[in-house]
This record gives sequence, C-alpha cells and structure tokens, in this order.
Amino acid sequence: MIFKGNVWVFGDNIDTDVIIPARYLNTTNPQELASHCMEDADPDFSAKVQEGDIIVAGSNFGCGSSREHAPIAIKSTGVSCVIASSFARIFYRNSINIGLSILECNDGIENISIGDELKIDTDKGTIRNVTTGKIFSARPFPDFIKGIINAGGLLNYGKGENVNV
Amino acid sequence: MRMTITQKILAKHSGKIFVEPGELIMAEVDLALANDITGPVAIEEFKKAGGRKVFDREKIALIPDHFAPNKDIKSAELCKALREFAKEQQIVHYYEVGRMGIEHALLPEQGIVLPGDLVIGADSHTCTYGALGAFSTGVGSTDLAFAMMTGKCWFKVPETIKFIYHGKPNPWVTGKDLILHTIGEIGVDGALYMSMEFTGEALSYLTVDERLTMANMAIEAGGKNGIMEPDEKTLEYIKNRAKRSYEIFVSDDNADYSQIIDYNVEDIQPKVALPHLPENVVNVEEAQNISIDQVVIGSCTNGRLEDMRVAAKVIKSHKVHPYVRLIVIPATQQVYQDMIKEGITEVFIQAGAVVSTPTCGPCLGGYMGILAKGERAIATTNRNFVGRMGHPESEVYLSSPAVAAASAIKGKITHPAEVTSNDI
Ligand code: SF4
Repeated sequence: MIFKGNVWVFGDNIDTDVIIPARYLNTTNPQELASHCMEDADPDFSAKVQEGDIIVAGSNFGCGSSREHAPIAIKSTGVSCVIASSFARIFYRNSINIGLSILECNDGIENISIGDELKIDTDKGTIRNVTTGKIFSARPFPDFIKGIINAGGLLNYGKGENVNV
Repeated sequence: MRMTITQKILAKHSGKIFVEPGELIMAEVDLALANDITGPVAIEEFKKAGGRKVFDREKIALIPDHFAPNKDIKSAELCKALREFAKEQQIVHYYEVGRMGIEHALLPEQGIVLPGDLVIGADSHTCTYGALGAFSTGVGSTDLAFAMMTGKCWFKVPETIKFIYHGKPNPWVTGKDLILHTIGEIGVDGALYMSMEFTGEALSYLTVDERLTMANMAIEAGGKNGIMEPDEKTLEYIKNRAKRSYEIFVSDDNADYSQIIDYNVEDIQPKVALPHLPENVVNVEEAQNISIDQVVIGSCTNGRLEDMRVAAKVIKSHKVHPYVRLIVIPATQQVYQDMIKEGITEVFIQAGAVVSTPTCGPCLGGYMGILAKGERAIATTNRNFVGRMGHPESEVYLSSPAVAAASAIKGKITHPAEVTSNDI
C-alpha cells in the first residue's frame, strides 16, 4: 500500500492511556474514541489531524494496556499509518488485526519533523520524506503477517484454511 | 533441542516437539479471557465475523470488573453486552457483581488457571498467571474474538531473559519491590516482545500472592509473559483449587537465554516508582518528603489477602492522616470475606479508610477515587502514566502495600519501618 500525508511527531513510550484515556473507554464507538485520541499529550490533536496524516514516534509506542480502542481511535481519526522506532507488542498485533498500517523504522526517523510530507510504500518498506528528500527504510512484515493483512484482518484470515499453520 | 519453560508450553499447545524463538505458531488456548471493556469489542467482532457458537463454553472467562458495579449508563451497557453474551453462550466462567473479583486475582484464586496452561486475555495483565508456571499473555479484542471462534491464537515464540534473584529479601521488601527494582533497571521496554523468566532462591521466600504481583508487572517492562517454575508453594496453592488435571513444565538446564541478569536481593530496599513511568524507580527514602492526597491499596497487582494483611499490620492502631483518603479495594469477594474474618476490614475502617467492593475502579482512572488537577496518589497498582488515575496533571506513585499504608498515616511517602516496628 502507498500512503501520502503530513506528519505528527510524538516521543518515546507513548502509552495507551495517552492514545485513548481509560475514562473514555465506556464506549466502543470509533468516532467517539477518535474525538479523544492523544488528548493527554495534545488536547487539540483530534481537531487538527487531517485524513491521511501520519504519526511518527519514538520507541515502545502503544505500551500499556491491551485496549484495541487505541489503534481503533487512531485509525478513526483518519491517520493512515504509524511509524515508530519500536512498538509495544500488544499494540503491534492489535493494529495488524484491525488493519491499521504500522511500520517499525530505526533509520533516523527522529529527524522527521512535524508537518513534513511523507510518501510511504508499505510493501517495499520505504519512507520518503518529500519535504527534505531523505529516504528511510523500514522493516517489512513477515509473510505470516502479510497473510493476515491480505485476508483483510485476522477474522477473515481465520475463515480460510490458514488456521492450522 | 533444549527449551525454556515458555518454549515447552508453546510447543505442547501447538502440537510440536520443539519451537524456537522467532517461529510463528498457531496454538490451542486453555482459556480465553475478556472484561467489560475489551469483551464487548470482541463480541461485536465475533458476531460480525459470523460467529454463532463459541469453541468451548468452559474455556472462556468473561468478567465485568473494570467499571463494575456499573459506574454510569454507558458502562452499564457494556456490562449488559457481556452478560447477555455469557447467557446466550452458556459461558461457565462468567462472574456477576457480588461474586466477582478483578480478573487476574480471581482466576488463580478459583483454580481456573493452572500450571502448564496457555492462557490469553484481552487485558495486558494476563501475564499474571505465569507465577503459577503457565504461559499467559495479553492480546487484543480481535485476537480474543478469533480465539472464541477457533480456540486458537497466533504467537511469535519469544526469546527469554532469565532473572535470577539471589539471597533473602530484607525486611519490608516484597515481590512488588523486586519487580519495581527490575523494571527500574531494565526500563519499560527492557523486555520488549520477550519472555521474562524469574528464578533464584529469593523467590522461595515469597508468598504465591507476591509472585503473582511480580509476574503481573512483566508487561510494565514490555514483556510478553512473566513466568516462574512451580515449586512446593505453588503446588500447595493449587492443591485445593484445581478441578482438572495440569502439567508442570520446567526449563531445561542450558536452555538458550538471550540474557541472564542476576540480582542480589540483599541490596534491594523498598521502592517507589515516580510519575509518569513504572521505570522511574527510587528507594522510598529518596521520595520520602513527597506529600500525598490519596492512597489506593488494591488492584490485580496488590489486592490479594497477603497484601491486605501487610497493609493492616502497618495501619493497626494508627489513623489515616486527616487530609488523606485511604481507599482499600479487596481484589475478590473471597479476599473481602477473608478480610472480614481476620478482622482486617475493621482495622482499616477504624483507621479512617474506605473499604470498597472489588473493582478496578481508580486503578485505571475509572471511578471510586479519581484525582483532581495537581493531586497526588500513592497506589499499589501497576501503572503511573499521565492521567492514569484522573486529571492529566495529577500524579501516581507506585509502591508495595506496606509503603502505601505507611504513607497514608503520615500523609507523605513513608518507609513502613518509620511507623511500626512489626516486621512483615
Ligand atoms: S486492576 Fe488495574 S491493571 Fe488490573 S486489570 Fe484492573 S485496570 Fe487493569
């Protein structure tokens, strides 16, 4: 998949309570969750973010709780892709399972600035900073995970023959 | 072909003789767990995917604990969705308010998770059951929906870091202090994607409740699971609880570890994690003049009977500081009842504490003790992220029950030895 969008930058250890505070977990409505996304880090994030925008963050993005509400909230704001130098494990699998594109990239992404325009090719694992001309490479998904994504998420994947790998 | 305890349990559940780190497997689960926050999302996914019947009604646990007893209308709807699904599917392990407890305290206590099990839960602290020698890990709601349909879950076999705790713990040093120390040393992503295997003679001094506390916080270092080999104390604990057969696994000598880390626990003193990450760990002395507004003793980390006993010993014949709220939340109905029987509830109430019915409540900033702007709490919970217990400008300090209780008396962070000479 190819994505093009502008960047929002966050730091290390962005936890799921920042992505969607627990006080809003009394709903499962994606739009309502989106309206509080990143609220404790940037209260205006959900108002400012544009369809297709990209989040760039440091290490251990999504640490903390297992709430799938976190990737759902991000996806529902219109964010097309999250790039981080590393992801917390449960957030990583939840994103794959619900179809939020995420890329792990340790290739100097701290030099990407807020507002930069990125062009991402998830199949090739390339990230081009259109604003600065720099190119970064990200770790591509293992085949097994590509299989889940190509099937349109884990539950579709489960309907196929694949369950006995 | 040598394997760690984690590899062995994963191999067994995926029908293989050997699995190696990095390998992707599809494994059978012995139990799949969800709560009132993650369950409704999983149920929606299950229905959307055309699910009609769960794979095994005895291997699913649905527990309303986070916002239950219902904190507001929206939470009531979530709990209702969970209840209706449990009824419709005849789920055996559904626990209603009045019979429930915080999931990670309830399942071991009731003998629903056992050594050698493979357990997944749509809750990150599912790693708690590793203390009994099970492989257990947190997943998301979609994983859970998939498991409810198929009885399976995909995993990447993790590498293992082995932590060896040598020596005998000092007075007032509990399992909570050992795990806080560990997280302080390796950081909140120090064990990212990895299995944390806890071992060493120091563990033999810990109660099973304390061991559950340690495994509970493996996720706070990014760990996939925390695990311990069962010993006599484990077997004693499960003896009268297990209602089915189980299997004991231990790591092979010379199994492959990505790292081996040794700690001499005699160098470890009671700890506090400062805001806003569980890795900001210091000795209690270094935080001792920080004033607090609220103390919470409870949660899946430290809401078990042993925790309550220790806190009560510290509080006994003292009063809670006039401007401090001490909120005590037994993790299960059983703990609640045992506290009454042992006179612990009375100790807390006479000291000026509030004692609540089991719930996650304030641990995740749900209700039952939300912090205002600028307020500070010391809590026996596991996370002190920004806004975790209320206003984004409030603060949470993490500690053991003994330190939390001593702090409630003084109104500031306090070493338990300062208020009592009773060693634990
Ligand atoms: S007590 Fe806290 S950490 Fe434990 S399950 Fe409840 S909300 Fe999560």
